[in-house]
Amino acid sequence: MESFGLYNYWIVIFLMMSGFYVVIARGNLVKKLVGLNIFQASVFIFYISMGKVAGGTAPIIAEGIDTYSNPLPHVLILTAIVVGVATTALGLSLVVRINEEYGTVEEEELAGKDPAE
Amino acid sequence: MAVTVFMVVRLHNLFAVVMLGGIYSLLAAALLVVLDAVDVAFTEAAVGAGISTVLALGALSLTTSQEKEPSRRPFYTFVVLFVVAITGAALIFGSLDMPVIGDPTAPIHGHVADVYLSEGPVATGVPNVVTAVLASYRGFDTLGETMVVFTAGIGVLLTFASVQAGRKREDEAGEEEGEE
Repeated sequence: MESFGLYNYWIVIFLMMSGFYVVIARGNLVKKLVGLNIFQASVFIFYISMGKVAGGTAPIIAEGIDTYSNPLPHVLILTAIVVGVATTALGLSLVVRINEEYGTVEEEELAGKDPAE
Repeated sequence: MAVTVFMVVRLHNLFAVVMLGGIYSLLAAALLVVLDAVDVAFTEAAVGAGISTVLALGALSLTTSQEKEPSRRPFYTFVVLFVVAITGAALIFGSLDMPVIGDPTAPIHGHVADVYLSEGPVATGVPNVVTAVLASYRGFDTLGETMVVFTAGIGVLLTFASVQAGRKREDEAGEEEGEE
């Protein structure tokens, strides 16, 4: 696994666009959140791909190893994963709340209902 | 991963969609190990594949597990596909200028990374550089992160509190739904 070329980036872009498609084309709010997660994970892979150094190992300092991958993207993505799950949790709780109030999580059905009742 | 994502797009059973989302996260974690990011990989496996899936399943048990067949709107679908294709093409065009993956001379490796790698273990006494940067150099960032999680927790609790109390919050629910 020494050379990926630009292949990683194209996979990431495909995954990202799939997630994007799910978010804007599908009406179900839970499915939208899953799409958002797919989008998110593709961005994580993109960052980590940028931090990869050919021939390097994980950035844990040890004897006899002098090439390490860039640790900075790893740190940023660790933060992003945790923030991501917080956003997902809040989104899902809102979905549950919406379902409680309107009895549906489909956007098309929600659009017809008057929020002011 | 591409197959998993394709199935997520096609399937209407939300239970299957959520499980595939978990599988997708696990595959992503495996890929991250290959890319040397072991810390990120186990966070992704635990949080992305574990907690997110459990939360989504909880939400499904409180709502419904079957997505309704979307009404056929050929023009809308065409517009969406057009937007997605244009964005994807622009991103691929942009990626052509990116340095090859693994290139040690790429700009991202030029600034503080070397300092962290050479001085991090000495300055903090932690051999794992990711931990050293997370907890020491970027400690405030991590503090901010915990505040975000705390705020999200408060938000979730308040949302469910209003569910239980049966209070009406139509305005707020309407606004949030617009944002998603």
